[in-house]
Amino acid sequence: MKIKNILTYCFISSLFLFSLICIWKILVTLQGIELINFNFNKLFIFGIILCVINLLIGKKFNLNVKLIILALLFSIFDYFISINLPIWYSFGIFLISLFFFNTIKNYDKNFLSKNHSSQKLFFNFLTLFGITLFSFVILFPFYMMLVTSFKTQALLLLNPLDFSINFAQGLPELFKSYFIVFKDYNFGRYMLTSTIVSLGTVIITLIFAIPAAYAVARLNFFGKNFLSTSILIIYLFPAIVLVIPLYTIFSQLGLRNSIEGLLIVYTATTLPVAIYMLQGYFKSIPKELEEAGIIDGQNWFGIIFKIILPLSLPAISSVALYVFMIAWNEFLFSLMFLDRPNTFTLSRAIQFLNVGAETPRQYLMAGSVVVTLPILIIFVYFEKYLVSGLTAGSVKG
Amino acid sequence: MSSKLAKIEKRTAYLLILPSVLLVFSIILFPIFSNIWISFKNVELKDLRIPEPRAKKLVKSINDNPNQIKVIYKLRNSSLTQEITNVKFKDKYPDDIEPISLNNKCQFKSNLLKCELGNWPKKYRENLEIVFQNINNQEISKKELKSYKPKLSGKSQNILLTYEFTLNNFKKVIKDKAFIDLLSTTFYYTFFGTIGAIVFGILAAQMVNQKFFGRTFMRSVLLFPYVAPVVALAYTWELLLDPTSGTLNNLLINYQIIDGPINLLGQKYVTLNILGFDVKLRLALTTVIIFEIWRYFPLAFLFILARLQAVPKELYEAADVDGANPIQKFLNITLPQILAVISILFMIRFIWNFNKFEDIFLLTGGASGTRTLPINVYQQGFSIGDIGMGSAVSIVIVVFLLIFMFIYFKLLGKRADEN
Repeated sequence: MKIKNILTYCFISSLFLFSLICIWKILVTLQGIELINFNFNKLFIFGIILCVINLLIGKKFNLNVKLIILALLFSIFDYFISINLPIWYSFGIFLISLFFFNTIKNYDKNFLSKNHSSQKLFFNFLTLFGITLFSFVILFPFYMMLVTSFKTQALLLLNPLDFSINFAQGLPELFKSYFIVFKDYNFGRYMLTSTIVSLGTVIITLIFAIPAAYAVARLNFFGKNFLSTSILIIYLFPAIVLVIPLYTIFSQLGLRNSIEGLLIVYTATTLPVAIYMLQGYFKSIPKELEEAGIIDGQNWFGIIFKIILPLSLPAISSVALYVFMIAWNEFLFSLMFLDRPNTFTLSRAIQFLNVGAETPRQYLMAGSVVVTLPILIIFVYFEKYLVSGLTAGSVKG
Repeated sequence: MSSKLAKIEKRTAYLLILPSVLLVFSIILFPIFSNIWISFKNVELKDLRIPEPRAKKLVKSINDNPNQIKVIYKLRNSSLTQEITNVKFKDKYPDDIEPISLNNKCQFKSNLLKCELGNWPKKYRENLEIVFQNINNQEISKKELKSYKPKLSGKSQNILLTYEFTLNNFKKVIKDKAFIDLLSTTFYYTFFGTIGAIVFGILAAQMVNQKFFGRTFMRSVLLFPYVAPVVALAYTWELLLDPTSGTLNNLLINYQIIDGPINLLGQKYVTLNILGFDVKLRLALTTVIIFEIWRYFPLAFLFILARLQAVPKELYEAADVDGANPIQKFLNITLPQILAVISILFMIRFIWNFNKFEDIFLLTGGASGTRTLPINVYQQGFSIGDIGMGSAVSIVIVVFLLIFMFIYFKLLGKRADEN
């Protein structure tokens, strides 16, 4: 057993435990509970002591009993150094320390005397630490978005750290911001517009892209190579360089403030990537199937509809979901082209809320939840398809 | 026979790609070229409205005579800046009514009043008064007269289609003292945003590539920031970072980490004391870059994870046999395997961060030292209202973009040769 390994083990594991406790304390603070000290010194030293005990006990008796005892010890210690905290706080501490001692229960003298064990330990904890930290940093804004929408402006100003949700006030009171957002701020209408624009973009894009992708993948014609390279180049041109000419042209043609205008622009901007993604998939379909179709006397229309489409449903779903996501989240063109509230999309409406009069923040956040939730649900539900769409289309974003 | 088939194939192919090509040409390529055109012109936002001749119709009865009626047309040029030429006027009247007298500009034929009103300079206003009488000496219905609306037409020069060009826009762009600052801000933002996203992408991919409970869930969660709408995320961050009522500042003050609130999005510089040296850090820009990294590292993560999962397990097993430690394994096995992906990612992300508009626009609006080139396009074109200037800045972006693309495809071609 090397002394270096033991030291690394003690420091890193205690630090990891402390970081878990920190995250828990931040979340507790945000419930409006007064907690102004992390007690770093005490917790860290006690954590080291417990880690050493864990090491000394090793595998001498039942591992589960060992970890429960250690976790209990830790939570009781924390209970005594922190004053006036509710019982559920200590329960959370207990669960966290249970999880922690569960991860270190297998480390004993034998493990620490192996080669590289300090580096292995370090990387194991780094992974755990990374997972915790990444999840926290990513989910925290989403969590804040959600809980803010359940509060009121007065309560938020009274104690800006109290995000506890009062379930006792009843559902109508709890979801008040959502009712107001839909009733007074017309979000139902914006949501409908967003849905129509996004679905419309998906349908039109597919109608344009499938035949074009088929031609690029299968047929021989002059200028084919030029076309397939230019698809990628065109795709790399950003919206910001298109916006001024399109604005001037659309204002003179009277296409601003119209859903048709948005549909045209969204379709054109997503078309290159749709063609690019689809042609790659079409190429992977065996040619023999189409030849059989030709012998059966099908024309290209029949071949695309009866042979290619059913076989490439997964690819088409990926493209459809990806295009839907782009259209739903799109902001720049809707900012430029829409300035009458009756044509707003959700993104534009939220920006309008923020820029306009002092909108209470719970309404702003309720609106944000309304625009975010559908896309997250779709993402989680169709993750497989969307991830492959993202990977293929991620040259842009 | 085969040449005939090839011909049919060719024709079908053109038919299939034509709609897409036309659409992309008119909405993407044509605007890029018209940018060049507009950038050499002196156009402002208010010039975009096409001047219209307008007429407001007023009907007044004449006191002592119910058989006669006076119609007044209030004519004006809607444009404050442009002339309308060759204005023509048309209005319909009910039966049995005719004008008592007409000036030489107008004609009355079969219930139609037609006038040639000539050229109207900018801001032009004129009243056209005509008295009508009923032939049968009956009372004239005011309502019926009002129900007809006059129609006007005229020709005006569309400022976008004239052949007057100027170099002023480009002169202004390049002579602007802030131009160097603008470029450096853009490159600073692009470079650090890209590097940060890739570094965090590698870390996240390394993590998720190991087996642990809830791994697939973790992969979904890591992609949330990229999938969610930017508007919602930017405003949530804005609330989190708000100096007075924001959660972050309040938390830090609560734990006594800082003494007073920090305006993370509204303060241009912060002076840090590192090892006795005062270092000036661009605070708002750094915050915006952190948001950028937070939002786009999932993409790097996705790419790198896909590549990591394709690395043969035997390599690591062989390294274990040789007694390599984790750092050696990362440096000697993982890194060379993902280097190709990283370089492609770097180029693509660099191009995209260079053009990023929404994120900065929503967080700071380009204030406190976060003005990048794309933000400048918006500000010149729409906040100041100088469309020509906005286009000129767009052209600057396009030029940079072409340079980046050239390098990118060069690298890509080189890589293809190597394989």
